[in-house]
Amino acid sequence: MSAVSVRPIGESAVLIDFGGEISTATNERVVALDRALAGQPPQGMIETVPAYVSLMIVFDPLQTECDRIAAHALALLESAKIATRPPREHVIPVRYDAASAPDLETVAKATGLTPDEVVAQHLAGEYRVFMYGFAPGYAYLGGVPPALHLPRKPRAQRGHPAGSVIIAGAQCLITSLPMPTGWWVIGHTAQVILDPARAQPFLFDPGDVIRFERER
Amino acid sequence: MQARILFEAAGPLTTIQDRGRTGAMRFGVPPSGPVDRLAFAAALTATGAADGWAFELSHGGCLITCHEGAIGFALCGGGFLADIDGDEPTAWRAGTLHTGQRLRIRAGSGNWAYLAFAGQHAAPRWLGSSATHASSGLGGGLIEAGSAYAFDAPRALEPRTLAPPPPSGPPDSLAVVLGPQDRHFPADAVRQLEQVRFTATSRFDRMGRVLGGPPLVPTSISMPSEPALRGCLQADGDGGLTVLLADHQTTSGYPKIATLIGPDVDRLAQMPAGHTFRFDLIDPHEALRRSRTAAAANAAWLRSLTAPRRLDERLWSSNLVDGVIDANGA
Repeated sequence: MSAVSVRPIGESAVLIDFGGEISTATNERVVALDRALAGQPPQGMIETVPAYVSLMIVFDPLQTECDRIAAHALALLESAKIATRPPREHVIPVRYDAASAPDLETVAKATGLTPDEVVAQHLAGEYRVFMYGFAPGYAYLGGVPPALHLPRKPRAQRGHPAGSVIIAGAQCLITSLPMPTGWWVIGHTAQVILDPARAQPFLFDPGDVIRFERER
Repeated sequence: MQARILFEAAGPLTTIQDRGRTGAMRFGVPPSGPVDRLAFAAALTATGAADGWAFELSHGGCLITCHEGAIGFALCGGGFLADIDGDEPTAWRAGTLHTGQRLRIRAGSGNWAYLAFAGQHAAPRWLGSSATHASSGLGGGLIEAGSAYAFDAPRALEPRTLAPPPPSGPPDSLAVVLGPQDRHFPADAVRQLEQVRFTATSRFDRMGRVLGGPPLVPTSISMPSEPALRGCLQADGDGGLTVLLADHQTTSGYPKIATLIGPDVDRLAQMPAGHTFRFDLIDPHEALRRSRTAAAANAAWLRSLTAPRRLDERLWSSNLVDGVIDANGA
């Protein structure tokens, strides 16, 4: 396992970087540190942002400083008490019919599979929420089976509704807002994953596990 | 009592902003809030609404009519100009808008201004804040022609011109700390960052501002996406630099060569297009020192903008002190 690096971000944040490539093992360490910091926040901490292999800690520079925040985080890591917990699982129903999956035929041609095989592959994947980004509620899910790995489209396209199930490379995402995307739209879910009116508008936490189920 | 205002016209990027939201970056929601945090704080201080919200305006300015009542206002930032029914356009202006009067605001040398009103209106909130995330419209909301607002308990403000913050004029240098992904750039790129002058371009929105200058091409753009912060200098695959602003993406796969200190992010956002400057590379300890010095200076300046108390309040307090005036003449 690679060594942890501490990288200051200006005067008001620090990146705890676990290094290496995207992996579930590394992301588990990110999520565990994130949870440990939530339980024992250092003085002056404002918020944390988990990503694939790193965690950003944002703090108030009038109250504390990078060295103190980093020391606190590293001490939590050292204490080795930051056990990974069993992930929360979500089951998301997906429709793969032509109207819901405008790119399914193209993905089938590009991968040499039939549309039904693409669907079967997609359903067979084990998906993990690695991080959020791009837009509110956009959760990056890793775990697309290798048979479906495709580069993204040459340019982003508009007009896909919220709830679109999209893939690119090893990643899958359920759109939360109608935003342009260069990923392949292979399904749609009626499950609302970003409901601004809910007290907790977001369905997933980083580290959660997702299983897709075919809805007909 | 109520005051009602109507936007007859509003430029693009006109939004409601409070100081911003925290705690939701982990879900892809940036802090939002004002692009120029100091000018925003000035508008709130001058209207006596320190914990409130303001309209954020950009180049399009706006035209507002007061339909009922009278209400104090303050316009701060970017040298934007306010006139009432065509009187002398004035920057950093506070005053009172009366029924039937029109307040016109036009852009100045900067890019962002804040218009606060001395009254109460509960703007829509999302995740604990009225700050508007412009691309989704979540939060206080996007303003367009026809948007109308009613304020309770409106207060009048004495007409005055506020002192803009020192130092005046766009800065010649901005302080940055290297990283967090400077290791993804060749040594020559870091040297150029320090030695070459960069230009603030006209390509900006609430998410970021594109800089003109030599391309600082990363050695690789295949890093796993990492969290991003306002003030990060992000390079795309061709080496073009963008400074991340209030509505920035919360994670990104493009490397960030350096990060501006907080106060200098806002000064860059206000620079007129075409203005050139250089970067001053400092270490995190010096960055902290400068940021704290700026915060203390800004707090002192903000105190100087506090709305003067109304005449009757001043007389009342002088009565208490002097104890000699008896309103009944007894």
